[in-house]
Amino acid sequence: MTATAEGKRAEVGSARLRKEDAHLITGRSRFTDNMVLPGMMHLAMVRSPFAHAKITAIDTSAALASPGVFAVLTGADVAGEQGSLPNAWPVTPDQKAPDHPAIAVEEVAFAGEIVAVVIARSAAAARDAVELVDVDYSELPVVMDLEEAATDKILAHTSLASNKSATWVFDSGDAGTGTAIAEALANSDVVVERTLYQQRLIPAFMEPRSTVVDPTGEQITMWSATQIPHILRLMLALTLGIPESKVRVIAPDVGGGFGGKLQVTPEEIITVVAARRMGKPCKFTETRSESLQVAHHGRAQVQRLKIGATKDGIVTGLHVDLLADMGAYLGLITSGIPVLGAFMYNSIYKFPAYHFECHNIFTNKAWTDAYRGAGRPEATFAIERMMDELAVELGMDPLELREKNWIKHTEFPFTTVAGLEYDTGNYEAATEKALSLFGYEELRAEQKLRRDSNDPVQLGIGISTFTEMCGLAPSRVLGALSYAAGGWEHAQVRVLPTGNVEVVTGSSAHGQGHETAWSQLVADRLGVPFENVEVLHGDTQVAQRGLDTYGSRSLAVGGMAVLAAADKVIEKARAVAAHIMEASEDDLEFANGSFSVKGTETSTSFGEIAFAVFSAHNLPDGMEPNLDSEATYDPVNFSYPHGTHLAAIEVDTETGAVTIRKYVCVDDIGVVVNPMIVEGQVHGGLAQGIAQALFEEAVYDDAGTLVSGSFVDYLVPSAADLPHYITGRTETPSTTNQLGAKGVGEAGTIASTPAIVNGVIDAVRHLGVKDIKMPCTPARVWHALQEAKTTGGAA
Amino acid sequence: MIPSQFDYAAPTTVEEALGLLAGAESAGDDVKLLAGGQSLIPVMKLRMADPSLVVDLGRIPGLSGITDDGASLTIGAMTPHHVVATDPLVAAHVPLLAQAAATVADPQVRHRGTFGGALVHADPAGDMPAPALAVEAVFNLAGPNGNRSVAAADFFQGYFTTAVEEGEILTSITVPKYTGWGSHYGKFTRVAQQWSIVAVAAMVRVEGGVIAEARVGLTNMASTPLRATSTEAALAGCALDATAIAAACAHAAEGTEPASDLNGDADYRRHLVTVVAKRAVMAAAGL
Amino acid sequence: MASSTSITVEVDGVSYTDDVEPRLLLVQYLRERLGKTGTVIGCDTTNCGACTVHLDGASVKSCTMFAVQADGHQVTTIEGMAQDGKLAPLQEAFHQCHALQCGFCTPGMIMQSASLLKENPHPTETEIREGLEGNLCRCTGYQNIVAAVKSVADGVEYGDSGLSVSESLTDGETAGVK
Repeated sequence: MTATAEGKRAEVGSARLRKEDAHLITGRSRFTDNMVLPGMMHLAMVRSPFAHAKITAIDTSAALASPGVFAVLTGADVAGEQGSLPNAWPVTPDQKAPDHPAIAVEEVAFAGEIVAVVIARSAAAARDAVELVDVDYSELPVVMDLEEAATDKILAHTSLASNKSATWVFDSGDAGTGTAIAEALANSDVVVERTLYQQRLIPAFMEPRSTVVDPTGEQITMWSATQIPHILRLMLALTLGIPESKVRVIAPDVGGGFGGKLQVTPEEIITVVAARRMGKPCKFTETRSESLQVAHHGRAQVQRLKIGATKDGIVTGLHVDLLADMGAYLGLITSGIPVLGAFMYNSIYKFPAYHFECHNIFTNKAWTDAYRGAGRPEATFAIERMMDELAVELGMDPLELREKNWIKHTEFPFTTVAGLEYDTGNYEAATEKALSLFGYEELRAEQKLRRDSNDPVQLGIGISTFTEMCGLAPSRVLGALSYAAGGWEHAQVRVLPTGNVEVVTGSSAHGQGHETAWSQLVADRLGVPFENVEVLHGDTQVAQRGLDTYGSRSLAVGGMAVLAAADKVIEKARAVAAHIMEASEDDLEFANGSFSVKGTETSTSFGEIAFAVFSAHNLPDGMEPNLDSEATYDPVNFSYPHGTHLAAIEVDTETGAVTIRKYVCVDDIGVVVNPMIVEGQVHGGLAQGIAQALFEEAVYDDAGTLVSGSFVDYLVPSAADLPHYITGRTETPSTTNQLGAKGVGEAGTIASTPAIVNGVIDAVRHLGVKDIKMPCTPARVWHALQEAKTTGGAA
Repeated sequence: MIPSQFDYAAPTTVEEALGLLAGAESAGDDVKLLAGGQSLIPVMKLRMADPSLVVDLGRIPGLSGITDDGASLTIGAMTPHHVVATDPLVAAHVPLLAQAAATVADPQVRHRGTFGGALVHADPAGDMPAPALAVEAVFNLAGPNGNRSVAAADFFQGYFTTAVEEGEILTSITVPKYTGWGSHYGKFTRVAQQWSIVAVAAMVRVEGGVIAEARVGLTNMASTPLRATSTEAALAGCALDATAIAAACAHAAEGTEPASDLNGDADYRRHLVTVVAKRAVMAAAGL
Repeated sequence: MASSTSITVEVDGVSYTDDVEPRLLLVQYLRERLGKTGTVIGCDTTNCGACTVHLDGASVKSCTMFAVQADGHQVTTIEGMAQDGKLAPLQEAFHQCHALQCGFCTPGMIMQSASLLKENPHPTETEIREGLEGNLCRCTGYQNIVAAVKSVADGVEYGDSGLSVSESLTDGETAGVK
């Protein structure tokens, strides 16, 4: 099958194979570490083994004498030029944060923090010399536990008087979006109170971060494994005091990000500083051990929750009190991550009262920041776990409780207790489809049989519904939340003389398939063949403006910018076509890539118009001879994908082993441009959400050393550890963008974690287990069962 | 990711290799023997091992391969796990070793990693030592003073420590052939490619409707692989039913000293081993 | 100071002779000395499998082998998989089944899959999953990778998708296997 030039087949909705694949399956990839430049020097970092210490002396002489070493720079050496790493989200006016130099100058606050950089002829020579840098430390007390840090008994930084960075509060009574929470809970028939734990996770993108900086000429060019070339360029300029116009950032092939490459890193700053000092290209590529240790972590919250309801199961109010572990510093949006969750705890439900507060706390660990879902998985986990707990308390089926409280499809648009306006949704339809794919009743029957027969392998059914706010975001909303940047996206459409089309996008894909999807959008809009569209991105000199890729924003925001630019091209082409055909613009019809005069056989194709504009021999008076346009799109609202996920979980009560027997998800992400790509996004999201539930945890010892410091101990699941997923979709178009699209990048991650944990608990609740901390390891499950036995199974 | 510098030697005979070891010892060099390298190279990359000399055994003909000695098999120390896992002689006569070898790490590691290397490395969580103990393998060593053989029971001496002395090389392992025995290697992990949290190498000989004789080797229940002797004794004469076998295997943790780590605390391991042992013994007995 | 050793290795059908430091890993030799950057490095503990190549036809992790150990042996990398300008069936299947997103794990996945199918030409889904236990992917959730490998085992004929080995052309195909 080939798309015809007539464009008869709609591209949008078609499972087009990806344009991105060819070089990746043949090994002609362009990952940053593949780059070699003439005269390129190599960096290796000297990192603190201590989680909290004063740097008392650094002797670099032996390292400098090591073969192939050009220079060794300490924090003191570069103190005047390295600036302080940026935090772009001061969530409150009084937010506290320590200074954050790329190379620590006086004090280190987590193990792995950089204290010096070696610049050498080869990576091996640099690595050898790292061993020879002699650093004297004076150790300081460390605070590792989040709840302990909140007490301020030990301070993570000597420069701060408290570990508390900020407290951010939303209250529906104060905001006028609902009633007062205290009264609502006081008047409830039932109040369930729980403390839940979001373990610390590591994004663990497969490509370790790498940066090459070429300082030659008048410009500094950086290639970096980043999700955010545009934001990085701006932040490099602001942090280092280099004119922004002198900085070019290129994100070549980038091997995954998941929020983990949504950062301005010390290593990037240091590579620029080193390259400028040496006047030569410099490269830094981290090892996996370094990546796990210092590339920002995610989640890490303690969630103290209270939910009230009437005895009939109508929720009366929700109170959320969070401790959020910042780690040692505030990264780019560290402080805003829990705030992103604040609007999602009420999820798909109609709660009359809601209170949220989060306390952002410093500890002596790697700093946290965005990880797939960023705030929203935490919120969804909390509410979906609490709905299950409430259902048990009320003796009600967990699905029935959810249905009683969710917003009916007839009630949209709906303004939530958190103040968001949900435009559309159909939770009934998604749930119904999920139930039919799952075989809910049969599995419940089997569960009963296993319980009755006291089978060593018990069956649980985990339910999670979800919605999320994505397509970040209307700029004024981000402004109201004190985020420093906007949420628009930019695009250009350029028509070449041959009629081929170049699309330039400010989104920066790293596996999401934008080249393919944007080509589909433009092919349909302009009526040109899919093959004739080329999508350019990821280089600030090619895509001059953009806000990059995160928060499931690319299609709903970036895709809209592309369409707006395409529409401008059509309008200009219409004027040219009218001129060429000597017709009135009003008499022209545009379809399948050509303009025709209504009621006649006269028409002119897009290619003919493109060449006419190029030759410029016969254009309307005063018209500029180009068929290019640009557009910047700022969304009016978020988009709100939703879905229902169901998991059948087997728990081996003898070993504590958890097996996913069946996983069904039905997601409603609105109109789909490429169902193949969408399904891939869902699969990958599910894997990461399941990994949080069952496998992954960044664990530190009491001294502050990351124990899960390699893939031996940080358990990223393989194909052998994950199930076959059954996926389905319902389609309720979003009305907040013309495409009707919603985000899909984070959906699978958000809903799968609570679905799995709810399933684990459901399997063993009758044995007296009420909660198990994530990841639900066999040892934790078994211990929970033993504890329940000794307490007599009192649920 | 980049090891420290080292000198490299690739001898082509065992004698040459022994000479290199002797020379290094007298020079005070820290020498490491390189077999498949699947454990050594990672720790060298992390610079947790910095040998000054690496002696690569990969160029010595005759150290790899499996031969039929009549009553026993001799497995060359440099035989890759993949070969042990798929060799028809091993499958026919000591299937426990084949099955255990097939669970080591992942396919790529099994292509490079060697049977002898894994045994000398003696990682308490490694999958080959406990089966070697259960099948009562004999370890054939070459040394400066000639060759000697060590019984499995004497081979594993401590945490990453074996009877192989400095200057000695494990050249092959002799394994008795078993007929009339059933076996099973039961391995418990959280993710597939992981080291064993606990594993059990079980062999049983069924006669007259009961278990006549049993051998039970334990992986990762102490600093060395162990035989679960109480369980073995309790299994002798045990009826072929789940309850009886479970009762025998309830003793599996006796005499063990398991570690606590991210995958489970010692209490959990002491419990887990009884379950894994029960299941392994049942599988070995064909139940 | 450790001396260099001369090695001769056949990589993707071409014989190379080079002096290398003993500590140079095979993957570093491939990337830094031969410019074969198609093989990538994803970890330092032999877990992720991104660096998987074939040594004399069997899959190995090229980060867990010194280049000197490859002396006298044949190495095949992802760059040697396509023959006569035509993609290998697994390469075509990964494309057709959307078995890659960021593409970083892909070379290792394809090389391990090829080794798996050589040893077990007709694997079950479970055998495929277990055969890929030493290769980590963070994007795809594995389902489409498993489908791609299965489709090759099942002899699915994709025809020529139009993907060129030497040049990244766009193609006009839609997904074949779900």
